[in-house]
Amino acid sequence: MHLLVCGGTGCRASSSDAIVESLKSELAANGLENDVQVIMTGCFGFCEKGPIVKVLPDNTFYTQVKPEDAAEIVREHVVKGRKVARLLYTDPAKNEHVSDSKHMGFYRKQIRIALRNCGFINPENIDEYIARDGYQAIGKAITEMDPQQTIDIIKKSGLRGRGGGGFPTGLKWEIASKNKADQKYVVCNADEGDPGAFMDRSILEGDPHSVIEAMSICGYCIGASKGLVYIRAEYPLAIKRLKVAIDQAREYGLLGNNILGSNFSFDIELRYGAGAFVCGEETALIHSMEGLRGEPTVKPPFPAESGYLGKPTNVNNVETFANVPVIILKGADWYSSIGTEKSKGTKVFALAGKINNVGLIEVPMGITLREVIFEIGGGIKNGKKFKAVQTGGPSGGCLTEKHLDTPIDFDNLIAAGSMMGSGGMIVMDEDDCMVAVAKFYLDFTVEESCGKCSPCRIGNKRLYETLEKITKGEGTMEDLDRLRNLSQVIKDTALCGLGQTSPNPVLSTLDNFYHEYLAHVNDRKCPAGQCKSLMQYVIDPEACVGCTACARNCPVNAISGERKKPHEIDTAICIKCGACIEKCKFNAISIQ
Amino acid sequence: METVKLTIDNREIEVPKGTTIYKAAKSLGIDIPVLCYMDLHDLKVENKPAGCRICVVEVEGRRNLAPSCSTDCMNGMVVKTHTTRVINARRTVMELILSDHPKDCLTCPKSGHCELQDIAVRLGIREIPGQEFAEMSTYKKDFSPSIIRDVDKCIMCRRCETMCNDIQTVGALSAVNRGFMSVVAPAFEQDLEKSPCTFCGQCVAVCPTGALTEVDHTAKVIRALSDPTKTVLVQTAPAVRAALGEEFGLKPGTSVTGKMAAALRKIGFDFVFDTDFAADLTIMEEGTELLDRLTRHLNGDKSVRLPILTSCCPAWVNFFETNYNDMLDVPSSAKSPQQMFGAIAKSYFAEKLGKKRDELVVVSVMPCLAKKYECQRDEFKHDNNPDVDYSISTRELAHLIKSFNINFVDLADEDFDRPLGESTGAGVIFGATGGVIEAAVRTAYEVQTGKPLPKVDFTELRGMDGIRSATIDFNGLPINIGIAHGLGNARKLLDDVRAGKANYHAIEIMACPGGCIGGGGQPLHHGDSSIIKARMAAIYREDAGKTIRKSHENPYIKQLYEEFLGKPMSEKAHHLLHTHYFKKGNKDIFI
Repeated sequence: MHLLVCGGTGCRASSSDAIVESLKSELAANGLENDVQVIMTGCFGFCEKGPIVKVLPDNTFYTQVKPEDAAEIVREHVVKGRKVARLLYTDPAKNEHVSDSKHMGFYRKQIRIALRNCGFINPENIDEYIARDGYQAIGKAITEMDPQQTIDIIKKSGLRGRGGGGFPTGLKWEIASKNKADQKYVVCNADEGDPGAFMDRSILEGDPHSVIEAMSICGYCIGASKGLVYIRAEYPLAIKRLKVAIDQAREYGLLGNNILGSNFSFDIELRYGAGAFVCGEETALIHSMEGLRGEPTVKPPFPAESGYLGKPTNVNNVETFANVPVIILKGADWYSSIGTEKSKGTKVFALAGKINNVGLIEVPMGITLREVIFEIGGGIKNGKKFKAVQTGGPSGGCLTEKHLDTPIDFDNLIAAGSMMGSGGMIVMDEDDCMVAVAKFYLDFTVEESCGKCSPCRIGNKRLYETLEKITKGEGTMEDLDRLRNLSQVIKDTALCGLGQTSPNPVLSTLDNFYHEYLAHVNDRKCPAGQCKSLMQYVIDPEACVGCTACARNCPVNAISGERKKPHEIDTAICIKCGACIEKCKFNAISIQ
Repeated sequence: METVKLTIDNREIEVPKGTTIYKAAKSLGIDIPVLCYMDLHDLKVENKPAGCRICVVEVEGRRNLAPSCSTDCMNGMVVKTHTTRVINARRTVMELILSDHPKDCLTCPKSGHCELQDIAVRLGIREIPGQEFAEMSTYKKDFSPSIIRDVDKCIMCRRCETMCNDIQTVGALSAVNRGFMSVVAPAFEQDLEKSPCTFCGQCVAVCPTGALTEVDHTAKVIRALSDPTKTVLVQTAPAVRAALGEEFGLKPGTSVTGKMAAALRKIGFDFVFDTDFAADLTIMEEGTELLDRLTRHLNGDKSVRLPILTSCCPAWVNFFETNYNDMLDVPSSAKSPQQMFGAIAKSYFAEKLGKKRDELVVVSVMPCLAKKYECQRDEFKHDNNPDVDYSISTRELAHLIKSFNINFVDLADEDFDRPLGESTGAGVIFGATGGVIEAAVRTAYEVQTGKPLPKVDFTELRGMDGIRSATIDFNGLPINIGIAHGLGNARKLLDDVRAGKANYHAIEIMACPGGCIGGGGQPLHHGDSSIIKARMAAIYREDAGKTIRKSHENPYIKQLYEEFLGKPMSEKAHHLLHTHYFKKGNKDIFI
């Protein structure tokens, strides 16, 4: 019997280390320490209900486990074989417990390829990776195929870059392989920077060997003996596990000279990013690794021609790499049978926002947004109405009801005015103001622009300021025209992908929620009730009994009135903090 | 050569592979506006960060607009340089740049010479939409003895960075901060004076806006001129006369020595002298020092360090004091001509006038910004009175002439005053790279061999190559000469010297590309490096036209030694005309 405890960053933050310790000591107390193994795995994905403990072989899925639950799990489940019902997942639709994760709505439609080992193996134990066919793909490539044959499999599989660009991976490898040089480099882009996205981190934390193996395969294909992982310094756990994995791979002769007795040598080093979003752009990433300011340069030359230290360099994202070993082992046909015509395989998404099941999911390309949000995601929180879903990270677009049945793939998302990006998916409900949402994302891109090109450096700032003006109720119709023109010019003229996509939240909300902009500009109203400047707190004199509770709790003394007589709010002083509403027992205060 | 065929604005063109759209269009007479781009072809410097996005064009089949400065032509490309989409984008981007740029053009030092202003005029920008609620990025202003940084006016063209890092290898300037707040600045928010900056002024020479400008001393000069208790002397460096005319619409390479002397007299300087005189004096001291070191070296004196390095260039002095301060005994101890002039003016000439040194004000007109710093160095002061009071640039002199309502172009030529205004051709060529060493060779050869030179022109020492070397036959004794201009080239040469890989006897180094004619205080070349070559030709023409072309034959130099100094490297000469160097570093930045 195995007890798998989620060791992802989220669950660890909710004491999964302590859960492991408690389980171990409870097992020891029952004399079972040699019969039952407690393993800390990578992320299970269902972060909403973490920390997760899974019992094998019966696949029981315990949610929101606390260290003090360990005794009961051991006593009831391990010793007596009785599941602890109160810790099982409850299907909200049927209101009944589901014990096997396979039957949970969250997992039912998922196909886990990149995440195949996350939540199954101990990422710090290479033997567990090997036990799940790990390092067989590199073995197969080296011993049975030449580099071009290996590239052909990746090409035929239809795998496209998962970092956002969607460039065909096999083609990228082929270009790098054809450029002649004394030294080439394989770079893994682990500079995951989209707010709310954590797929790369989860893969590195949960299955680092899959990335190491894939980088070696890529090195074999393009003729590189050096690999570099560019990883954000803010990912200490991923860095630690990657380091452990690299050491173990070296120890097993799976990295280093003459891998598996062949002529192929390959080793990997880590490079740390200082947390600049733009360093996810491959030229900026390479400059950062070279010790230069992390800012992009014009392509061509592409890294495949002149990359790290001027040498041919192949840059792929973590998730892209994680797919590679499986494709080599199971074949291109198997992989390309999943997905849509032009987007093959699966995609990992980070579900966040006003959705019931926040977490990390991997679904086949072609699944609809509706399936993702309402089946896997369990619908909108608190029974509210769905309003929009923002895909593609901070520079993606906001899609609406009418896009819910669009099959998700690279091209459809772009056609709809958004993009795949690295797979962030943020769900919004009726309480979200779309102008404020656009402003929120611009705030991020203004902060993260490198400052090199004028449209991104200044243009995004001006977009932000205009949005702020509108949310303050000071916008004009000219501002709306200006927003659109400026957005289009920034897309048209910015130097790199960051700037070329940063106006997407503005354009897509202008397209899909123009009426909300009009309400702000013409009626000076925020339909969602989010923009403070457009709200007024009003006391209903009929309902107010003059208890003075509101006046006593107002931090800025904006409320006046005599005892037992209706009170009034001076809107010029009111800071709209909401303290009065909370204190009023008579529902006399409302927002207008 | 491999070529590609494409269409630009419906016209077919074939260009060598690797040609950018911008250059291909230019060859068709289509002038795409550029802002950050700069091509100093003769100096092999190209700045193309593709950052400003003013030069964007439409390329058929491409999703977005292409920066023409950095997009290579491809076979079959169809380019349109002025569709409505392009024009709208260019205007919008320009409005953005202006929305974050101060509007104090009236009092901006770059007004009238500002490339941003030129493009705003060309694109017809009349208002900046949304300016009233647009925040402006700000960064602290930085005042150094030579250069003022007002980076609120920085448009992130990165030209200064290219000059400072790639060409000069000084590394004082680089982009800092992110996004809207990004500017080019010294690391760790240091002031320029605390940074490794040498004050060479090449950043100022290429800055398209008023973000980098010289410290202006013209007001102080006017105040001195209007003070009846002061006798005001002016000295003009060799390179100034080869460039000043450009400020008055004269063709680059027009020598305006006589007009300049006339203008300075009209402005009211009491004595109009020439730094070329001091250049001749420098040759006497430096040439003698070279021969002295050489003779001792040949006689087996192991304490002698060779090569001897020239020390006329104050930016170069700053550079080796910072980067090669393990080799401070290698450069010549001779002061620069500017400082030799000041020292002689406030001693020898003051005595002649019967005045005290603080009754004299010495103004220098220099092609250089580092000279402003040099004349403020403590070792060049006596009782806190500097040998040279104010150093103004060629550009500042032009402003002075304009403000004094002088019709410069029509002025009749006049001569400099004597005794400190007489010079030889050897003094003139100090203004171009290779000139100082050629002047030194002219004198050293005759002093060493005791024979007249067979020919005065050493063309093997001239040219624009960054590093040059030649061996001059001193009557059977081969003397190896090295020359570098641009501090990046100087670094290469010095690294070889430090590593013992070079066997030069003497090396001339000038910090600015082309020598002083390309100095940071010269009229702005706006990226046209052919201007620098034209100035160089003017310098050598001036030399060729002189009757006396060797420093040791200057009669007033002879008189100076006879009446006052004794002989070169005498104790008095040593006291007045030689200096010593200091270790500079920036240890404190890490504390």
